[in-house]
Amino acid sequence: MRVAYLDPPLERSPGGGCRRVDRGRPGRYDGRVAQPISEDEVAHVARLARLELSQAELEQYTSQLAQVLEHAADIEALEIEGVPPTAHPFPLVNVLREDVPRPCLDRDEVLAQAPDVDQDRFRIPRILGEAP
Amino acid sequence: MSGTGPEGWEVVIGLEVHCELRTRTKLFCGCPNVFGDEPNTNVCPVCLGLPGSLPVLNREAVELALRIGRALHCRVQSSVFHRKNYFYPDMPKDFQISQYDVPVNADGWLELPSGKRVGIERAHMEEDTGKTTHVGGGGRIHEATFSLVDYNRAGVPLVEIVSAPDLRGADEAREYVEELRAVLVATGASDGKMEEGSLRVDCNVSVRPEGTTELGTRCEIKNMNSLRSLSRAVAYEAARQVEVLTSGARVVQETRHWDEADGRTHAMRSKEEAFDYRYFPEPDLVTLSPSDEWISAVEAALPVLPAERRRRVAEASGEAPGSEAVSTVVRLDLDDLVMAASSAGADAGLALRRLANEVAGALADAGRVSLDPAAFVELVRMEQDGELTPAQARRVLKELVAVGGAPRDIAGRLGLRSLGSDQLSSVVEQVVTDNPREWERFAGGDDKLVGFFVGKVKAATGGNADLRAATELLRGRRSQSGPSTT
Amino acid sequence: MTGPVEAIARAVRQGEVRAVEVLAEHLGRIARTEPDVHAFNLVTSDVAGRQAEEVDRAVAEGRDPGPLAGVPVALKDLLCTRGVPTTCSSRVLEGWVPPYDATVVTRLAEAGAVFVGKTNMDEFAMGSSTEHSAFGPTRNPHDLSRVPGGSSGGSAAAVAAGFAAASLGSDTGGSIRQPAALCGVVGAKPTYGLVSRYGLVAFASSLDQIGPFALTVADAAMVLDVISGHDERDSTSLPGAQPSASSRLGRGVAGLRVGVIAELVGADGMAPDVAARVEEAAAALSAAGARVEPVSVPSVRYGLSAYYMIAPAEASSNLARYDGVRYGLRKPGADITEMYTATRSAGFGAEVKRRVMLGTYALSAGYYDAYYGKAQRVRTLIIRDFEDAYRSYDVLLSPTAPTTAFELGAKTADPLTMYLNDVCTIPSNLAGHPAVSVPFGRGTDGLPIGVQVLAPALGEPVMFQVAEALEAAAPTGGAA
Ligand SMILES: [Zn+2]
Repeated sequence: MRVAYLDPPLERSPGGGCRRVDRGRPGRYDGRVAQPISEDEVAHVARLARLELSQAELEQYTSQLAQVLEHAADIEALEIEGVPPTAHPFPLVNVLREDVPRPCLDRDEVLAQAPDVDQDRFRIPRILGEAP
Repeated sequence: MSGTGPEGWEVVIGLEVHCELRTRTKLFCGCPNVFGDEPNTNVCPVCLGLPGSLPVLNREAVELALRIGRALHCRVQSSVFHRKNYFYPDMPKDFQISQYDVPVNADGWLELPSGKRVGIERAHMEEDTGKTTHVGGGGRIHEATFSLVDYNRAGVPLVEIVSAPDLRGADEAREYVEELRAVLVATGASDGKMEEGSLRVDCNVSVRPEGTTELGTRCEIKNMNSLRSLSRAVAYEAARQVEVLTSGARVVQETRHWDEADGRTHAMRSKEEAFDYRYFPEPDLVTLSPSDEWISAVEAALPVLPAERRRRVAEASGEAPGSEAVSTVVRLDLDDLVMAASSAGADAGLALRRLANEVAGALADAGRVSLDPAAFVELVRMEQDGELTPAQARRVLKELVAVGGAPRDIAGRLGLRSLGSDQLSSVVEQVVTDNPREWERFAGGDDKLVGFFVGKVKAATGGNADLRAATELLRGRRSQSGPSTT
Repeated sequence: MTGPVEAIARAVRQGEVRAVEVLAEHLGRIARTEPDVHAFNLVTSDVAGRQAEEVDRAVAEGRDPGPLAGVPVALKDLLCTRGVPTTCSSRVLEGWVPPYDATVVTRLAEAGAVFVGKTNMDEFAMGSSTEHSAFGPTRNPHDLSRVPGGSSGGSAAAVAAGFAAASLGSDTGGSIRQPAALCGVVGAKPTYGLVSRYGLVAFASSLDQIGPFALTVADAAMVLDVISGHDERDSTSLPGAQPSASSRLGRGVAGLRVGVIAELVGADGMAPDVAARVEEAAAALSAAGARVEPVSVPSVRYGLSAYYMIAPAEASSNLARYDGVRYGLRKPGADITEMYTATRSAGFGAEVKRRVMLGTYALSAGYYDAYYGKAQRVRTLIIRDFEDAYRSYDVLLSPTAPTTAFELGAKTADPLTMYLNDVCTIPSNLAGHPAVSVPFGRGTDGLPIGVQVLAPALGEPVMFQVAEALEAAAPTGGAA
């Protein structure tokens, strides 16, 4: 037996009720488009992420990120106020460990991985700002 | 500078106290939670943030956090951990696992010895950072040539206790921290050692003209590592803000660093991202939802807390709960002795005075003392019954604190015994007889002379007389004899 | 169908062949073909040799050598291996040698597996072609001008090329199933929490799962059984014992209810030959006695968008630690921020930077609710829609990838087009559900096509049961 797809199947819309699937559209665009991201914003997030971009990279990343954000506009337009967020696929609670010491790593092994070591500590360039 | 702040201004303070929990292991891994070990020896893939490692929450840390929450009368609620993202070398993952919009404990209060209740907005769990040492430039961060990082402390469990802006002035801020420390130590959650960084205090300060209710712009002060620096920093910062405002300028909301050496606060170099931590739920941890049974068990196991202890001592002794003596004995954990006196039917007020003065003094000198409750109660009784004069009782108490033993034996050994009332009466008679002119003046109403006679009694008895009783005898004799007309 | 995992383990356990001989045969194939395929970042002949000898010793001494005795296994190069470099195909981890083993690595080793190497991947598992590797692309063994898919392209290619009898990959949005489809092997993403993530270098923590590649469904289930199970080191690890993934093999599909996901078969960019194979697969199941119907799971259409908010957001945080302080690459800088920036700019490739920036943006002040927050609500919708579907169906069917393997370089210039590869695989990650890709015939270009079987949480037994039926019914030989 072959499965035929002559008629679009029914779909349940999030609000209930049934509509025909419109296969022509990948998402439920309603004309709104994600706020296109600006070069300034990309430069800002690059700074936040400790990445340095050349002007050419900045331009390229801006247009690529804008493209992805525009695609994501379909969810931006979704009306799902009453729907709770899912942070974890399964709602586990109270996963706890007993307060029992376990062996630590060997310090030499730890420090052998470090780019720079001094007095058994990780050596780093000077810091130009206190911890927030 | 006064503890309440500049004239005409009200200083408004909220405190954020970071408390390291006394667990055996870190918050999310099995590395030992100890202070002062060789650098980078108490580390594992988890607390070093190695790729692939995952956190698992320590049950005991939750237990202690719950104790703190309930001791501070907070609502314990189902909570989630968040990631607080920012780059800093003392954080192995370059984010801190903390709690954000749903902390485990919320909306409680702490009662100060003065009786004031300070609101607790939240007491949430988070992980500590590593320790950075700045090398060169006198150890100051900006002048250093490089820095060194030790991750032993990274991942140590913390509870951050955030007060409401309910505190007024440096003295009250200090009182709050002292009281909070007492509660944290009492619950077993903390060792209370500020000098080892077990308790760290950040402070939000703003000022407003007295009589107004709107909050002023606040500054957050960091880097105070003692109660003294907290008081100094608050006083300095309040004065600075008043000066800014009276000059017509505005206070800028910022984080300021307390410099112990120059006694000032300095604006910290802040970066734009300091305001954008990009919090989101920590996907490697699940919801923490302590059961009602767990919370009840924690509550049932809580010790009697300082505020309640003060109330009990006050009730037993007749003193006010906010009095210096009451808070002193509770602060020094001497209140059990007051209660012992009270339940034995001895004079609890007298017990309180001896503890708040003599014993507290001995404690300050010696660091720690041991005092057998039964012996102490007996001593109180001996003084109360006039067997020992107050001076003798103090003497015996000193011995009791220093070497222990039974008060009666000590008194005997030292030859201390208050004169019996018959003996005292005859000494008084003798003194009056020996000094007729002075007696005449005293009997005639010159009350100053009571001191003269008491002095004579003291000299005649070698200090073994209850001088208060002698005074009463003298006054009694005068009233019996009536105003002399002869 | 007896796969090499089953066959090798049985022969080695029974002393019919020695593990070192099996290893030599595989190392021989690697020596001949690996230069063309580039499935590995590192071939670990020494480690494998010691493990094979230990298996042979156990057999000789009458000890149990484990269920995977002597089976050559390749590990995706984001699984931590103590003493063996783990690079995630990134410059930023250059020189890093983990001081510990991932839980899955320990379990495989204890089961007698022999580790032949660490496989190439898209850097930090971000990609669908294995072209985003700092060490050069892996090529599809079926056609060296094509990509193997990704991000676990090296693991898929290693099995397809016979370098290993099985391999492990990780799947965040399709990174096992899509390369399995493109390389013509079986690849399964288990239920979230079934396999411990401890020692899996994180991409997107709430979506990542480790899973097996193998030539047969039974082999894949066998490997999954070894690596799955509760682990106290992973807070998201499911508690308690779960039924064996192999427990329903050999039962046929008579009476099972199968829904074919309309939105995915009809997704934008779905190649007609792929859609045709899925229809044939559905027909085959129907012929084998299953009740097969089209079904709508409406919200899966938002999966891609939700995924490209959630995964980069989590990644931006997970990848912050690569800062040049404790391990891996460091580039000099006058102060700490300059050092961080120099290290990360030099250490990460373009795709990683793109996603880290996207994720940073999605989480940053003012955008959380519109992007990350909303995407998490979409996750809830997808879970609800799947729940609805599974009230009527035991498993669901869809294509794995929209096309067969594409040419190297065809999609690297256009990230969004590359992302669209994952449209069919992403919903299972968002829901935390298991799914497996099974080879089912070939495309008009003669390249393999995979059909995806989706199951509800912990539905691995029925998922493999249906997959096995598809495997049996799959057309063999050239283009169907
Ligand atoms: Zn640790």
